[in-house]
Amino acid sequence: MTLRTALERQRSILDFALGALGRRRGKTLALVAVHALLVFALASVLLFTGGLREQVRAALRGAPDLVVQRMAAGRHEQVPAGWVETLGTLRGVSGARGRLWGYYFEPVSGANLTVMVPDGGWASPGGAVAGPGVARVLGLKQGDRLPLRTYDGEALDLGIAAVASPAVELVASDLLLVSEGDYRALFGAEPERFTDVAVAVPNPDEVTRLAEKIVRMFPDARVVTRAEMIRTYDAVLDWRSGLAAAVLAGAVLAFAILAWDRASGLSAEERHELGILKALGWDTRDVLAAKAWEGAAVSVSAFAIGALAAYAHVFLGGAVLLRPILEGWAALYPDLRPAPPVEPLALGTLFFLTVIPYVAATVVPCWRAATVDPDALMRGDA
Amino acid sequence: MSLRRSDRFLAALGVAAALGAAALADARARRAADRPAAEERARLVARLGLTDPCLFNDARYTRHLSQADRFAPFQDHPRALEHFPSGSLTAGAR
Repeated sequence: MTLRTALERQRSILDFALGALGRRRGKTLALVAVHALLVFALASVLLFTGGLREQVRAALRGAPDLVVQRMAAGRHEQVPAGWVETLGTLRGVSGARGRLWGYYFEPVSGANLTVMVPDGGWASPGGAVAGPGVARVLGLKQGDRLPLRTYDGEALDLGIAAVASPAVELVASDLLLVSEGDYRALFGAEPERFTDVAVAVPNPDEVTRLAEKIVRMFPDARVVTRAEMIRTYDAVLDWRSGLAAAVLAGAVLAFAILAWDRASGLSAEERHELGILKALGWDTRDVLAAKAWEGAAVSVSAFAIGALAAYAHVFLGGAVLLRPILEGWAALYPDLRPAPPVEPLALGTLFFLTVIPYVAATVVPCWRAATVDPDALMRGDA
Repeated sequence: MSLRRSDRFLAALGVAAALGAAALADARARRAADRPAAEERARLVARLGLTDPCLFNDARYTRHLSQADRFAPFQDHPRALEHFPSGSLTAGAR
């Protein structure tokens, strides 16, 4: 058989398979719709988390090499200024600086703000720089006043010196940058005490050794390395765990039930059709090819529809359907705009997880039935 | 002459493939457009010494996941239960 004849034969079988699907139009459309919806849900989460993971990784490349916290009775404790000096003098450390940051609950909007003291005079006394999310939720713009209440009930009125660019939404949406004096007045933080210490280690090979050394020097310290920070978000945004896994578990189970239903047997109508084909002289190979084409036509169409709709949903529509899941109960939520991920591996995996099992689930029961006598199939005895 | 079913199906697949190629081109353009913003984010993270992206800020312990204890949700009082929705999507630092 020449290649041309073989192709023409497969085209004719495909014609027949599409005709068979057309005869069960309602059922076929319902199958494609459910399958496409499943792929849409899975692909939306995969594209969203994949894009976000790459942005988070890129952003955290600039995170501190080590963050040293102090623990007391199982809770975070303020770090004395002496620690900052000692850590800065360690061999292999190029600098240590005490970070001042905390949370402020804004009662009117119900938003949790991260209040932070920046290095290098970004916020002068009485002034503040607001993150884009803070400005959006509280309706602030440059020159506005932001009234806060200090730990002892006094009013602290800050002038908004600037609003951070929407480009930094992912890392600074809820930030409020204030001066050190205003921070200490707001939270009643003692002087010469810091929230934690950021330590710079130029040689990445020394990070682990230094982390161990710091814990030996300060047994009540807990050290978080940059690799751990990145790993934390890899776990949250990886498609096999965290956010994606929580959303995908139900969908994958639904697909498994769908495939199982197909694989577990043929309908009386399908058996009858199979019997007629065999009686007409179709050999088993052609019958199986027709069934494989049926399965492929349904699952490939559904995959194409679902994956393209997911791309449009996430990158053109701002992932509106995923937003309620991510927002939780947050009153202030960043307007996340992930760029499409470079690695399309997850989508390839999704293709193999949804198309191949479905085609197999369509062919397997036919393969079992196609070996039975056509007469028995048509009578419904087999 | 009307088209065969297989021709119509293959033509539809061709359209889907073209849309897929358009999505790939769009993805490349979006990544290029995001590059300056990505650099701005990395600069800000380095300058402020930030440790976490702002993904979940409904609870204090979900805002800075890399700095929080895994048991933080249960620390408020004995037999405290985790009840924030984002807590079920995340895990603290390992």
